[in-house]
Amino acid sequence: MPTEPITSAGAWQMPAAGLDSLCAALRSAGYRVIGPQLSGDAITLGELESARELPFGWGVSLAPGGYRVRRRDDSAAFGHSAGPQSWKQFLHPPRERLWSARREGGEFEPEAAPQAAERLAFLGVRPCDLRAIQIQDRVLGGPAHPQSGYANRRAGTFIVAVNCTEPGETCFCASMGTGPEAGPGYDLLLTELAGQSEHSFIVETGSAAGATMLTSLPLEPADPGTLTQARDAVTAAAGQMGRSMQADGLPGLLAASHDAARWDEVASRCLTCGNCTMACPTCFCTTVEDVTDLAGDHAERWQSWASCFDLDFSYLHGGPVRSSGVSRYRQWLTHKLGTWHDQFGSSGCVGCGRCIVWCPVGIDLTQEVAALRAESEAADPPPDGPR
Amino acid sequence: MIGVSPAELAAHSFARGLDDRQVAQLAARAAGIHMPAGERFFDEGGPAARLWLIRTGRVALDLRVPGRGRLIVETLGPGDELGLSWLSPAAQWQFGAVAQEPVSAFELASAAVVELCEADHELGYQLTRRLLGTAISRLQAARIRILDVYAAPGQWAGGKR
Amino acid sequence: MTISAVPSGYRVSASRPETHDTVTLFLEPTGDPIARYAPGQFTMLYAFGVGEIPISISGPAGEHGLTQTIRAVGAVSSALCAATPGQLIGVRGPFGTSWGEADAAGQDLLLVAGGIGLAPLRPALLAALDQRHRYRRIIVLVGARSPAELVFATELQEWRQRDACVEVTVDKADGTWPGNVGVVTQLLGRADLDPRQTIALICGPEVMMRLTARALLAAGLDRASIRVSLERNMQCGVAECGHCQLGPLLLCRDGPVVSYQVAEPLLAIREL
Repeated sequence: MPTEPITSAGAWQMPAAGLDSLCAALRSAGYRVIGPQLSGDAITLGELESARELPFGWGVSLAPGGYRVRRRDDSAAFGHSAGPQSWKQFLHPPRERLWSARREGGEFEPEAAPQAAERLAFLGVRPCDLRAIQIQDRVLGGPAHPQSGYANRRAGTFIVAVNCTEPGETCFCASMGTGPEAGPGYDLLLTELAGQSEHSFIVETGSAAGATMLTSLPLEPADPGTLTQARDAVTAAAGQMGRSMQADGLPGLLAASHDAARWDEVASRCLTCGNCTMACPTCFCTTVEDVTDLAGDHAERWQSWASCFDLDFSYLHGGPVRSSGVSRYRQWLTHKLGTWHDQFGSSGCVGCGRCIVWCPVGIDLTQEVAALRAESEAADPPPDGPR
Repeated sequence: MIGVSPAELAAHSFARGLDDRQVAQLAARAAGIHMPAGERFFDEGGPAARLWLIRTGRVALDLRVPGRGRLIVETLGPGDELGLSWLSPAAQWQFGAVAQEPVSAFELASAAVVELCEADHELGYQLTRRLLGTAISRLQAARIRILDVYAAPGQWAGGKR
Repeated sequence: MTISAVPSGYRVSASRPETHDTVTLFLEPTGDPIARYAPGQFTMLYAFGVGEIPISISGPAGEHGLTQTIRAVGAVSSALCAATPGQLIGVRGPFGTSWGEADAAGQDLLLVAGGIGLAPLRPALLAALDQRHRYRRIIVLVGARSPAELVFATELQEWRQRDACVEVTVDKADGTWPGNVGVVTQLLGRADLDPRQTIALICGPEVMMRLTARALLAAGLDRASIRVSLERNMQCGVAECGHCQLGPLLLCRDGPVVSYQVAEPLLAIREL
């Protein structure tokens, strides 16, 4: 136990076994702890009963359209990225009942579905995913949606973020300004040091709730040398990104590229399968479905994840507005990187690279953007020469 | 039949942009006419030999179809030209025209208009531009009507998808 | 009052057929009415067990109840059109931007309606007629598919009596129609518009709105003086489901009424 008073500033360090204490403390505080686990051939997110279920020593090899788990040389618990799932499935569930109503004698009164009282603790949120949660907060939370299930779930969530020291081959958070160091919004922040003789974590707090949790952990003030090592590892990670996005001026570029030839080229590869929208941590679109039982007296409204790649997504007056694959791919990319700014005040992309990994044909949006830029500059070279 | 002063003709939108001399030349060949409601300007199939510039009232272009009676294909009103078929070689009215309300108009014989244009190519160009513009805008309107934009999906050609 | 995700119950007090496939429902709230609404806004109407669709409010703002005009083109709209007096339906809303017809104070207010587009314009017209002295001319140009498909046909004369200039045209006449035959843009020339003193509100199928706006631009109106009511697939009404996007706009929040200055470049992009 630390001998100095706990303050919310300052850095602490704990051995890897401290993760057990953290898990236990969160569970006894009433949280369901969600974190990464090795499941089948992927690192997925699920409920942890103890820290032992974390994927110690497992990493991933990433490529466009490729994902393989592999054994690491060390025992890092968080040495992996771009799993098939993101935290959005817990805050914005794939399927959710909005309300139900029973009809009797022609009368009915819809009743909102009861809100679950559970509180979730996310253990191992990468900086890109932390920013993604905040982006979804802007869309689904906030004053416009006071009674939503999202707002309710989000209010009770505890976030343990993990700085990134080893970006994946498809990561580009640095060029999107979302990592490899976590921005504000976490309750606790860990930086893992696994390559040493001793597997340990630097621990920092970001909130009063986080500070409270510190008392349950086996902490010592961070050794300056260890702290420097941790900081340096994160800084170095920024230079080890597998990809880079030329992000400046993207909204303007995309707004001017509606007729670009590149869209036809990418659409010839795109299967419009929508994997990217399912894997993306910020994609939020849903579809609403009204259902009844056979007698027709009990009705429910359900909300489920939808993708702008679905042909029905833009259905209007007898047919879809966006019928071609070209228009649907263009909609997705232009929204994610361009019009998201107009609608929600930021980019919709956090550079996690999942869409690149989980695209069956390996479409890489950083490459698509580079190609659109090149096409735009060829047509209309900037006055100062090509960028 | 009444004579038409240049000032009267100049007030019609057809004459907008013509110079005084051109307006005077046209006015000299124009006559002011009044048609009571229900009176016919011409019948489908008749020789197309006149042009009218409508000032007030409404004219219906119609067609007789066996089993369906008399169908109105379009109505024209103030500012519109009535009678373009003399421009095509067949010079035959494709539709009939009847006053739906009392109509006042400037009437010109197409032969007189053609003679004017032959003698004065500049005026000929101006009149051709105007008549062509009218034909184009009616063609565009007709195409839009064929699209049946107000139809519900079940009414689209080919049936509902 | 915040917009609840759950529909409020409204009872059909009367149902008036407008055409063979269009009905106007007069609705009264069973509990608290929805929030005050403005001309141009819409609600999501729910038919029990069938579904929910966006329908523009077609009655005057300030009513205790709601007037909504629906065309039967699918399962939900057909169920709503079949609703009988006494029947309960669900209402969420109001949503969206409004026509802002009062901006035409001191000027001419021009409303151009195509087909059922007259329904969303009707509240703006009624609001303007209530304050008739504020406007110079009020001009209503109505285009319909045929005489039998003209909505609010029995009200046109009353609008004329309240000093609105109302002209109607049909794309296709039947044997007895005594009026104009032709597209609605052909009526614009006769309105003798003063382009610097006119605010134009257009509502109808997208093709009709584009053509009308183009004709108004040719007549000298500014893009900023023209407003259109746009439509896309709408499901939530609260900018959460993502379906109603048109480029940067979320039409349930940034529309349906949009200035033509904003709308023109967007409507020009195929399959946007």
